[in-house]
Amino acid sequence: MIRYIIRRLIGAVVMLFVVSVVTFAIFFLVPRLGGATADDLASRYVGKSANAAEVHAIAVKLGFTQPLYVQYGRFARGIFVGSTYNTGPTTVKCPAPCFGYSFVSQNPVWPDLVNRFPVTLSLAVGAAIIWLLAGTATGVLSALRKGSIFDRAAMSVALAGVSLPIFFTGLLSLAIFSYKLHWTAPGSTFTPLTQNPGRWAFDLILPWITLAFLYAAGYARLTRAGMLEVMSEDYIRTARAKGLRERDVIVKHGLRSALTPIVTIFGLDVGLLLGGAILTESTFSLPGLGLYARIALTNSDLPQLLGVTLFGAFFVVIANLLVDLAYAVIDPRVRLG
Amino acid sequence: MKRRPAIAALAAATAFALALTGCGSSTSSSSSSSNPVTPKFNAANGAIFNPSTKKGGTITYANSGDWDNLDPADTYYGYSWDFIRYYGRSLVMFKPAPGDASTQLVPDLATSLGAPSDNNKTWTYHIRPGLKYSDGTTITTKDIKYDVERSLDKTVFPNGPSYFNDLLDLQGYTSPYKDSSPDKLGLKAIETPDDNTIVFHLNQPFSEFDYLAMLPATIPVPVSADTGATYKTHIVSSGPYMFDSYVAGKSFSLKRNPNWDPKSDPNRPALPNNVSVKLNVNAEDIDKQLLNGTLDVAVDATGVQSDTQAQIVNNPQLKARADLAPLARLWYTTINSNVAPFDNIDCRKAVMLAADHDGFLRAFGGAYGGVIATSLMPPILPGATKADPYNFLANKGGDPTGAKAELAKCGKPNGFTTNMSYRAERPKEKAEGEALQQSLGKVGIKVNLKPYPQGDYFKLYAGKPAFVEANDLGLSAMGWGQDWPDGFGYLSQIVDSRVIRASGGNTNLGVKDPQVDSMIDQALVTADTPARNKIWGQIDAKVMDDAYILPGVWASVLLYRPAGLTNVFISNSFGGYDYMTLGVSTS
Repeated sequence: MIRYIIRRLIGAVVMLFVVSVVTFAIFFLVPRLGGATADDLASRYVGKSANAAEVHAIAVKLGFTQPLYVQYGRFARGIFVGSTYNTGPTTVKCPAPCFGYSFVSQNPVWPDLVNRFPVTLSLAVGAAIIWLLAGTATGVLSALRKGSIFDRAAMSVALAGVSLPIFFTGLLSLAIFSYKLHWTAPGSTFTPLTQNPGRWAFDLILPWITLAFLYAAGYARLTRAGMLEVMSEDYIRTARAKGLRERDVIVKHGLRSALTPIVTIFGLDVGLLLGGAILTESTFSLPGLGLYARIALTNSDLPQLLGVTLFGAFFVVIANLLVDLAYAVIDPRVRLG
Repeated sequence: MKRRPAIAALAAATAFALALTGCGSSTSSSSSSSNPVTPKFNAANGAIFNPSTKKGGTITYANSGDWDNLDPADTYYGYSWDFIRYYGRSLVMFKPAPGDASTQLVPDLATSLGAPSDNNKTWTYHIRPGLKYSDGTTITTKDIKYDVERSLDKTVFPNGPSYFNDLLDLQGYTSPYKDSSPDKLGLKAIETPDDNTIVFHLNQPFSEFDYLAMLPATIPVPVSADTGATYKTHIVSSGPYMFDSYVAGKSFSLKRNPNWDPKSDPNRPALPNNVSVKLNVNAEDIDKQLLNGTLDVAVDATGVQSDTQAQIVNNPQLKARADLAPLARLWYTTINSNVAPFDNIDCRKAVMLAADHDGFLRAFGGAYGGVIATSLMPPILPGATKADPYNFLANKGGDPTGAKAELAKCGKPNGFTTNMSYRAERPKEKAEGEALQQSLGKVGIKVNLKPYPQGDYFKLYAGKPAFVEANDLGLSAMGWGQDWPDGFGYLSQIVDSRVIRASGGNTNLGVKDPQVDSMIDQALVTADTPARNKIWGQIDAKVMDDAYILPGVWASVLLYRPAGLTNVFISNSFGGYDYMTLGVSTS
């Protein structure tokens, strides 16, 4: 088990390295292959009236004139041992893990990520709990009452949930529940959990439900299909023949094996969400990692993008690891060697 | 000044959502029944709506993006120059007054406008005595000089304008951070003979220097407090408000500055007790909060989103709370004289005449997007004269007969083929291209539309001479707004051939006329404002005569004025509400 975890962790580090190289290459190598010079790259980060000398000075300052491997090396070194940054009158130390300084806002990236992580974490965890409970419960009920009105209604709603994009359901729910009925908070409000738990939940309830709606739909359909398949297995018939209570048959024998694919998907979904719930955060103006990623993309702000991509990749890799470990617990057939 | 393009990425979905819910908080606007002023469309345009001297309350702003920079040395957005006056005082400022008066300069830190000497190459200002920063220390002219020095260093402050870099007699000076003199005030182009006097020495005569003294770069920054790029996180205030909180990329707030003396400042009523700003708020959400009354001002002043606009203009109650702010901004098409056959004036004139001006206006939103432009200078600019040399208004759909006559003169009676560039992310510019494609097609000019990415449009594509010529971009969709409301601040970057840089980033590509250049020089040495404005008008007429630029739309934006806002009017200098005078009704 320990060896397994260590092997997976080494794999995770390699994966993060690959992600960082690829992201770096997309923003630095690809434009160069397309013929852009260092000054062309720098021209995005100067004011509109900059002259050639000013553009070149910025290119030198941002390191664009150096070979790519030097630029990447400096970035990677910053993550492990930190780096320094010239603010004009003084040189500021950026301690490890230094993900560099934003080209546009000129703020260090790492504190931004740390600062915004609680928002995305709150959003992801809250939504995940809602969609997992609502999705699987609906799926199980639908499977047990296959063909009933409940089943049909639930599956129609689920279909709508999977089909409607967040920026549609999000704005619609804001329009109805916040601006028309005043039941929920308007967008762009976030209160930290430690500051006021009640307010935290109140501010997030609408984003939670909107995000959960999208995912719960998929989970309901997945659980329903899994349950239908499992409940027709021979061992379920055997369990019933043994005289087990129907509740035990469903929960201990049916749901447990139907859950395996759900856990896989759940782990990946939560990992991805922690990387940035881009659409939800943009729609509700929640200052989390997703909104950060979108702004970084709009501004072509490479250090910010690299930072948020690696941060997100880290959680996807961790989530994968947790999923694999969870398999062993849920499904005794899986043995880790 | 820059304006942020209104990005309506999710507009269609939102329009649908709003249509479904019939969203429109007309109920909330009735809460203003205690308000004695009846709301009326455009009531804050040219007059003060809901005048008030009542102090107190918190005014709330929201920005759909991040601030370009709060540091006075590093900001170029018009809204930022409007807002910065809360916490910074420059030598002079635009008069907070409605209508034409809003483009007048009045002294701020200074006791009067600048005194020119040496044929407008030397400008002297005296500042009011006894002025203090928020930390209680005294403001001196050395601190003004220091901030101008900072603004010269484009490696630390890349965003701000370069006027001081271009016009001061720098003698090789680059940055206070590379300054060997112990007080970091080694720039010889600015002298501070005493703490209340500052003298600027220019490298050429410049009769409009007062506009440079208006730039945020003349807001004083104490040398001891400066930390370069990170100064923005702990700005020392010279205005009526000081920073209370600052969270990068999220929000900041201002509170009253106890060391600001209202007697030293006749321009700022400073009504609210607190100013709160949220950053990176979804643009659709901003509109809803404005209509809902939970937000006072959309600070970036790019106007409401297209679906909100439809909602407002179709609902009389909402429309009564909206203003159509005219901007000193032109949407236009460059006719590039370096690309054949536009090296021939008659071929250029054929485009001017054949163009569908109404279609151009429709592309930019019709009546709420602006008016048909008949020359370069928008009417709200001081000195702009109403001129329509090609009779656009008489032939709103174009004048194919006249165009064909010009084509014959140019030796292309059957027309020709050319390319037109536009910004791929801007549906309005695409629509502009299609309107021209159709109308020019009627006289045989075939236009191929070429979209390029907005982020690099000027730097690498339509603003780079080598690219334009290699790709035969005869026409290019462009937009231009003033840096300040007069001929130089508006015209120089689009008609002066000497601003064309081979490295790209140009708004002017085709106007290469020595006569225009010498008229600009003449304007810059003309101290008398009416005489100078007359020259700018003549330059406008000359460029129109030579058909280098097809003007399309003098732009405007639709702004919403929530019920709680007092003392509201549009400043023609900033193209939005004058933030210095705004108050909130506290109940």
